[in-house]
This record gives sequence, structure tokens and C-alpha cells, in this order.
Amino acid sequence: MTDRIKTLKSAPKIGAVQIALLEKLSNVTAVSGDEGEVRQIVLKEIRPYADEVKVDALGNVLVTVHASQKPSLKVMVDAHMDEVGFMLVEAGEDGLFRFETVGGIDVRQLVGKAVWVGKDHVPGVIGAKPIHHTTPEERKNTIPLDALRIDLGPGGGSKAKVGDRATFATQFAQIGPSLRGKALDNRLGIATLIELVKHAPPNIELQAAFTVQEEIGLRGARVAAYAFNPDLAIAIDSTPAVDLPTWDGSENCVYNCRLDLGPAIYLADAGTLADPRLVRHLVATAEALHIPYQFRQPGGGGTDAGAIHKQRAGIPSISVSVPGRYAHTAVLLARLADWQATLALVYQALVRLPADILSLPRE
Amino acid sequence: MIELSVFLKQLMTQAGLSAFETPAHAVIADAWRPLVDELITSKVGSLHGLRRGRGPAPRPRLLLSAHMDAIGLMVTGSTDGLLRFTQIGGVDPRILPGQLVTVHGRRDLPAVVVQPLDRLLPVAAREKPVAMEYLFIDTGLPAAEVASLVRVGDLASFAQVPIDLAGDALAGHSLDDRAAVAAVTLCLQELQYGSHAWDVWAVASVQEEVSFAGAYTSPFEIRPDLAIAIDVTFAKGPGVSDYRGFPLGKGPTLGMGPNVHPAIYKTFNDLAEELDIPHCLEAMPRHSGTDAFAMQVVAEGIPTMVIGIPLRYMHTPVEVVSLKDIARTGHLLAEFIARLEPDYVQNMRWDE
Repeated sequence: MTDRIKTLKSAPKIGAVQIALLEKLSNVTAVSGDEGEVRQIVLKEIRPYADEVKVDALGNVLVTVHASQKPSLKVMVDAHMDEVGFMLVEAGEDGLFRFETVGGIDVRQLVGKAVWVGKDHVPGVIGAKPIHHTTPEERKNTIPLDALRIDLGPGGGSKAKVGDRATFATQFAQIGPSLRGKALDNRLGIATLIELVKHAPPNIELQAAFTVQEEIGLRGARVAAYAFNPDLAIAIDSTPAVDLPTWDGSENCVYNCRLDLGPAIYLADAGTLADPRLVRHLVATAEALHIPYQFRQPGGGGTDAGAIHKQRAGIPSISVSVPGRYAHTAVLLARLADWQATLALVYQALVRLPADILSLPRE
Repeated sequence: MIELSVFLKQLMTQAGLSAFETPAHAVIADAWRPLVDELITSKVGSLHGLRRGRGPAPRPRLLLSAHMDAIGLMVTGSTDGLLRFTQIGGVDPRILPGQLVTVHGRRDLPAVVVQPLDRLLPVAAREKPVAMEYLFIDTGLPAAEVASLVRVGDLASFAQVPIDLAGDALAGHSLDDRAAVAAVTLCLQELQYGSHAWDVWAVASVQEEVSFAGAYTSPFEIRPDLAIAIDVTFAKGPGVSDYRGFPLGKGPTLGMGPNVHPAIYKTFNDLAEELDIPHCLEAMPRHSGTDAFAMQVVAEGIPTMVIGIPLRYMHTPVEVVSLKDIARTGHLLAEFIARLEPDYVQNMRWDE
């Protein structure tokens, strides 16, 4: 008998406690390859509820909560811990550091931002040439990355070193129906997965993978899926809601997904064709319980499922994302209700997962 | 006793966009009230604080001008709860995507400036800086709530919180020109501890970023014998490497050019040398870009001077300034004032 808490088996809910945890998760920094700050929070949160906990060679946190019923499917539920950000690559004079981006960041989003550098979150800024010194011609061009510096202030060179990671310095905030933070991609997924561990469905062997290096090539998920060797997998992530008006007011047909419409269920992205049996199961669950959902428009982008589904002899996989505007910028904006519905959908789908789902016809 | 860092952080985080300076005006008035004999607000909103001199009346008058207005944004419309906007003052649209702002609607709304993905923009506008007309402000609120809270013409100011950097540097928005207002405030404070012959009019001017409306009007009302503009100037750093940039934290600049009377420049330069206050000569070949440009040509003309506080990343929400340079500027001004003889202007000579 383990000492894990066996009593809390009710359906998970997102309230003030969970939002406070999300805030903590969003405000720490975990640039791909340096996920320690999130890993520590995850380990602290899940230990009392886990049967097995392992931190692997890349830094993935692999958590198992055994089923209390047999037969049971081994279900890997995945969320990546890492976020896009920066690494200091060269120290200049006077507290100025040259930096590179880690993960997909539009260089147009960097200018004029505050940043946190290193494990101590040393404050710095990314400035820009004053408008007074620019020409109209110059302003037509994006300021290139190699012209930008992270500025820690005069003499600030001793406060950081080459190799330190940095992120946008955006404090989490809850505003009306919205949540705002720098790293809600994918701390929303991490916070969801923590709740699933705390309320693990009894009918499945839950294999919770808190992965690293998603933003630079799904690298953590690949080895996590090998290690877990699950029967099927669900990746929980954040996907862009490109639901803004078009410039000329014409219909926006490329919205990807929309805020306020619930979790985005994936059919096809650049890396994965979702397993149709899992799509049908998620939709049936949502319909039966009146949980709002939407299909993410088939298209580009991807999640850890892209690496998981082709591991070993193949792992039927699907992704579910919380819609979020402005991913990979200083500020991601999501809706609390969408997050709540995402947790509800994944939890209920797991609880209702037929043990024979993989014997059903694919089509 | 005003503590520079505390006062400046309070002041720089006030909205106070050009022509809407009231929030900054209130904070400055509170700081100046115990330091001056009279406090007056001009017809266009500039704050005038008078410290009377000890000399016999009629006393000569010195005007110190630091502008209190800030650059920012103004709402022009909305679509599906997302706001369109234009600029107040010179804003490079390239600094805007991802900036936190406060929309001053029926109540203050936290919000963010956002750049639509390229796929929502005209083909010609993709993969390059996105023009202001295509950017939005997102308040995170439902469209109906936005419609009831925000109107065309509402302002949005930058919401970046002040950041303490290494080396006594401070980063944030609107340090242009609240840093100079702080320097003038320190000067007024230092003047408490000595005496001066001249009347000193401290002016927190309006609309410098747009039309110099404050700088043209306050000197007309005050009719100073001599006027000094205190403004930020460019510090060397990323994007600024030529003669227009000055070292951050190495003292104020003393302007020299058509907006500056050379005799006043010489007095300041000699004084800074005597007091061992580090300083640089700032060559201003044409328009100084400061209130001095306007003040110089008020009425029959006024002898003017420009003092600059080096600042990095001007007109971004992460302007960086050295607190030491602000303190040095305030001290230099106070020493100048304390030494002003009643006949200083009569003795000013053209160097020819």
C-alpha cells in the first residue's frame, strides 16, 4: 500500500486554488531545455497522489497512478512544461547581452519588452532605437534580432551570464472572463494534468507525462512515450485562437479555433492525424454531458501527439487544447470557461473510456 | 523630503497623455505645494510653481520647464470588442505588439496591444512591421461589455510597471519627460536650504510631444528673463552609437546650438566644472526637440538653455534612465539658481 491519497476521487474542478496554481506556473520560467522551475512545482503538487514518479534523462516528469479496476487501458496524458523564450549568447559592455530565441517567436514581438533573466529572474529590458533616429524607410523593416539586446542596466553584466535563459516579464492576471500570462501555452495544460493526477480516474492506468522541449521539436514526448509504452495517448496543449476580425471585414475563415467555444479537439495538424476512435469518444462524451467543444480547424501546427503516435509500434493519439489568443508573445489570453471545459472533457472522457475502444473499427 | 525613486515611480505611472495631463498634474502639484509660494495652472493646463527670490522687487524671473505630458494611444473604433487606435505623440508601431496598456474608458481597463497573424492581413502587409491601422487593443472582455465601457476618443496609456535595473537605473514608460520633472522637483527641494535672488518659476508643461502648446504659452504668461528646458536626451546603447548619444549614468548634457544662448551654456559648463559634476556637451545643430525651441521665440524672445538627461530607448515603454543623472541635474540647477546675480542677464555677452 502506498501512502498516496486515495480519498479524493471526485471530478476535478477549477476554482481559486487551481487558478492560483496556474498563476504560479505562468510566472515561473521554463524555457525549452531548462524546465526546472515548473518541474519542481509539478513534483511538489503530484507526489502525494502518485504511485510512481520518475524524472528521466531529459527532465520529463513521468507519473503513474495505477488503475483500481481491471482490465484497464494504459493512457498517457501529456502536457509540455516548456515555454518559448530566450538564451543569452554573448555578453557585451555595460550590462548588455546579445540573445537568441528558443522556440517559435516572431521577432516583431520582442521590441520594447521587459524580461526576466536567469533563475533569479533578474529584471531587464529589450529596447529599441528611438523613433527620433529612425527614417520612414527604416520603419518599414522589422528590427532584426541581432540589433536587439537584453539590457540589465549599467554594470549589470555581473548579474547574468551567457547561457542563462530569459522570458517575457509578464505577470499573470485574471481579467473578467479572461486569463492573461506569458506562458499559458502550456501551463494551462500542466495545471490541467496536475488536476487529473489528483483526481485520477479509477478505470485507467494513468500515465501522466509532464514533458520537456516540446517547443523545439517534441523531444521530451518522444522518449516519454517510449518509456510509458501506453495503449493510447491524449496531449493537452494550448492552440491559437486566431479569431480576430480580418483587415477588410470579410469573413475570417482561418480562425483555427475561437475563444469561448470550449476545448479544441484536433482532427489533423501538421504532425498528427487524430485517431478517429478517440475523436468519436471525445465528441460523444462532450455531447452526452453538454460540455462545449469545437473542432480545431485541420491545418498546421502540432502538439506532442506528433511524436507520441509514431513511437514504438504506434500509439493511437489525440490532442485537446485550450484556445488562446496571441500564443508565443508576451501575453497569451485565454478564457477561464474554456479551461474549465477542457478539464471536464478530458476527465469525463477518461472516466468513460471503454476498455475495448481500440477494438472498435477505426472508421 | 522627496525620495527620488519613490516619487518618480509614482509620477511615471500616471497616465497624463498630451492634452490630458491631469493625472500627472495632480501628483506634481502635491509634490511642489510645500516647496513653492504659489501654485497656478495655466489656461492650457501647465502647472506653474513660483518660489520667490530674496532680492529686491522687481526681481528677475527664471523659468524651468519640464514637460509632464506622455505619449500614448487613442481609441478610434472597435470591431467585435477589439479596439482600433491611433497615436498621441510619436509612437513607432514596431514597439506596440504585445504591450500592456490601460484603456481609460468609463473605468480603467487592463488590456494588451495585439498584432493579428499575417493571414488576417492584406498580402502586402505580411512579414513586415504591422501598421498601426491593423493592430488592435484587446481588453479580454466580451464585446458587449467593451461597447458599454469604451468610446471613440478614450485614451490608452502604457502599463509597463517600473523596473529597477542594475547601476541605479530605472526602466519604464513616460520617463520622457517625468524624469526631468523629478529633477526640477529635486532642485526645488534643494532650494529650501539656501537663498536665491531671482524668482524661480518651475513649470510642468503640457503638449510638448505634440505642439509645444505649454512651452509657447507659459513663458508668455510668466515673462521670464531666462528660461531653461530640462528634457531627456539620447543615451548611447543599442540603436544609438553616433554623436547624438551620451553615456548613461555619466551626468547630464549641456545643450549647444541655435536654441541655446551661448552665455548661459558657458555659465553652466563653468559651474559643472567647478562643482565636479560630470557632464557632456550636446551638439544641437537645429531644432533641439525640447521646450526651448518654443520658449526662445515667445513674445520679444527669451534667452534659453537646454539640459538633457540621457535616456535609452526613448518613446518605448522600457525607457531607461539613471537616477544619478536625475539627481545631478537637480543639483546643478539648484547651484545655478543659488548663484544667479540680479544683473546676470544684463551682463550676458555674445562671444564675438
